[in-house]
Amino acid sequence: MNRPVAQSSLPSSIPSPAGSAARAGMFAAYDTPDFFCELMRRTDEMPASLRSVRDRLASFDLEELRHRTSTAEAQLYRLGITFTVYSDREAIDRILPFDMIPRVLTAAEWDHIDRGVQQRVRVLNLFLRDIYHERHVLRDGIIPTDLVLGNANYCEAMIGVRVPGDVYVHINGTDLIRDSSGRFMVLEDNARTPSGVSYVIENRHMMLRLMPDLASGMPLRSVEEYGLKLHQTLCDVAPAGVTNPQVVLFSPGIYNSAYFEHVFLAREMGVPLVEGRDLIVENHRVYMRTVAGLRPVHAIYRRLNDDFLDPLAFNPDSMLGVPGLVEAYRRGNVTLANALGTGVADDKAVYAYMPRLIRYYLGEDPILDSVQTHICAEPEGLAYTLANMDKLVIKPVGESGGYGLLIGSQATQTELDEFRVKLLDDPSNYISQPVIDLSVSPTLCPNGVEARHVDLRPFALTGKSTWVLPGGLSRVALRKGSLVVNSSQGGGSKDTWVMAR
Amino acid sequence: MTQTGSHFPAMLANLNMLLSRYGESMMWLARYMERIENLARLLEVTEAFVRNPDGSPGWDTILQINSDEERYAAIYPLPPTEENILAFYITESSNPTSIRAMAHMVRENARSARPLISTEMWMQLNVFTHSMMELSTPDIRRNGLSGLCNRIKQDCQSHFGITEGTLYRDQAWLFYLLGKYLERSDQITRLIDIRYHTLLPSGETSGSQMDITQWGSVLRSAAAYHAFRRLQPVTTTPANVVGFLLKNEGFPRSLMLNLRQVDSTLSALSTHYNLRHQCSPLQERIINLRATLEDQTAEEIISRGLHEYMTYIQDELAALQEEVSVAFWPVTPFTIREDAPALQ
Repeated sequence: MNRPVAQSSLPSSIPSPAGSAARAGMFAAYDTPDFFCELMRRTDEMPASLRSVRDRLASFDLEELRHRTSTAEAQLYRLGITFTVYSDREAIDRILPFDMIPRVLTAAEWDHIDRGVQQRVRVLNLFLRDIYHERHVLRDGIIPTDLVLGNANYCEAMIGVRVPGDVYVHINGTDLIRDSSGRFMVLEDNARTPSGVSYVIENRHMMLRLMPDLASGMPLRSVEEYGLKLHQTLCDVAPAGVTNPQVVLFSPGIYNSAYFEHVFLAREMGVPLVEGRDLIVENHRVYMRTVAGLRPVHAIYRRLNDDFLDPLAFNPDSMLGVPGLVEAYRRGNVTLANALGTGVADDKAVYAYMPRLIRYYLGEDPILDSVQTHICAEPEGLAYTLANMDKLVIKPVGESGGYGLLIGSQATQTELDEFRVKLLDDPSNYISQPVIDLSVSPTLCPNGVEARHVDLRPFALTGKSTWVLPGGLSRVALRKGSLVVNSSQGGGSKDTWVMAR
Repeated sequence: MTQTGSHFPAMLANLNMLLSRYGESMMWLARYMERIENLARLLEVTEAFVRNPDGSPGWDTILQINSDEERYAAIYPLPPTEENILAFYITESSNPTSIRAMAHMVRENARSARPLISTEMWMQLNVFTHSMMELSTPDIRRNGLSGLCNRIKQDCQSHFGITEGTLYRDQAWLFYLLGKYLERSDQITRLIDIRYHTLLPSGETSGSQMDITQWGSVLRSAAAYHAFRRLQPVTTTPANVVGFLLKNEGFPRSLMLNLRQVDSTLSALSTHYNLRHQCSPLQERIINLRATLEDQTAEEIISRGLHEYMTYIQDELAALQEEVSVAFWPVTPFTIREDAPALQ
């Protein structure tokens, strides 16, 4: 009788460590003249943990790596780890391109990020608590009142509403970049419904399946706990007095482009994924429709924006929301994560005040730097911006997605002149920042392994305490020279390794 | 025999009750997969074995089985041609009973229930539904109808196998089974009803060589040919074939077996998940239905009017499906029952 041959994902020839042949093999043509390289650093000061990864990678065969990449991408498609793009009549499933060369963080770097993110999340929560209650920060003149109370994302419905544990931002994503000296800087906070964490975990799974010979024996911090921690976080903030709270994940549904992530998180937590039509509010309490009738719901991880949550409270045209949900929430009968009205805290202009807010609320220096930001509402900020327009990025505070900004170095004299008029007309609507040379990471490209720019989004969970998932989403700009890592503009992702030692 | 078993995870009060929408999706996922498999088998058998009196393939009987005559005539010219029938049933997305349209429904239901179904189920359905939705007429010609139908059947059977081996046994599984058994019950009655009357318009042609081949094809349409052969020395008479498909206790697609499975699935929902209130009227209907089948022989059913009895069964199954909907996923909002606990 024939015995089936055991299948193995290992290649027929397992690469062996290349010892000290540092820039040999795969990296032979790799060069990073002007940027900080996440793996190579400056060769003379390379931490031992990175050297071991580099040496093992160096011995990989380029063709073998390409073969595994196409296997990985085929698997992602089959597994449905995809986002859906809708055209006229068709739904097209796309994968986020996956680069097999991991982005590696040392234990010391991670410790710095971990502490820095925790500090920032504490301040975001203290700030939100303050502006929806006593408003000390406004009275003490730390941040302009208009900027906060006049902000489009300031939520009147939250004024005076106490939330469990005074936690507003339960799930936070902090976008980090590194400059040419390797210094970490916060680019922005994502305190509404940050996405991407499913890729962090799925990328690791893919890495362990397809690169066992690279990962084997490496002291990697695990990313497996996220679902459990998320569930615990939501239980932590359920309404007081509820034992065994019913947690649900509230998704806009199967037509949302991030539906895979919603499925992933609901499954990892072991809770129902609900849509608006599955929920109903009666007597200011939230229930879900089950085959046995209505069952109470206590904590909702919602992946819809504020505006769509409740047609009675906000957008009356929302078909996705649940009538009465906001009033049930205001009465404390159900917890929403994140809270309503957190968008005011991750606003671009408020970002500029974060170092001051950290000092104000904690009396500490910021652990993570911010990108130097000139606030044009302030005379010295405006003067500096006007004098250096050709070297700065000038951003309107109320816009997102890169709309209405000026990149001074790429603008014509006419454009600069026109922008100067707009700036002088309404200075408080603008901030300016220097252009940052993002760090790079070795990435498999059509012509071999080349340097591509990367960023990092660590995810922090806050219930009774704050926990940061070791690692985060490393996005990579696959186009040569591009600084844009968004998936809609040719971005891919990498597995992020945090070394335990 | 029963797949519903007796080992169920202990339920915490008020926790893990299945969302109505999930129950509905699981039920229709099973029904559509079962339908696709049946249609693929029917197309294949019709091409090879089903003949009109003039010896041409009996394509129009498929239209009758699925009650699709009007819908077909709205899209294609009459009389039906082989090419048009195949397009109508395989690639025509405006026909809800085509394989492509049903694959789309499978996909929507699987996406909706994706948090519940196993990764292995999802992966196979993802690949299968993508390939079905991309099918084009040249694919049918290239692979041959029989090759294509065999592939589709195998994909459906892979799905059922993966589901059996990987799906967690809770209420979602039971609603899935309910859909599967109801669909099989419905399909077998449609098959018998239409084929019996096309073959025996006046009841006088039985016994001819042509007739025996045609009865063989009825059995093949239900994947019953070899199972029936094992009942030696039963001869291939209309009553024996009808009796086998309706009343046999061991054949997985017989009406008798599937009604019993529906009953035991409802019992499991009722007792293990405390759904007596919802299940008891459904069980009552199915018990009555089973009794009408057990109390009559095939000969009696035929002599009293096979078509009338098949229509009765189909009406009862439709009523049961409607009752399931009302009991478990009502369109009108639930109101809170007296015993529903307030906030704990």
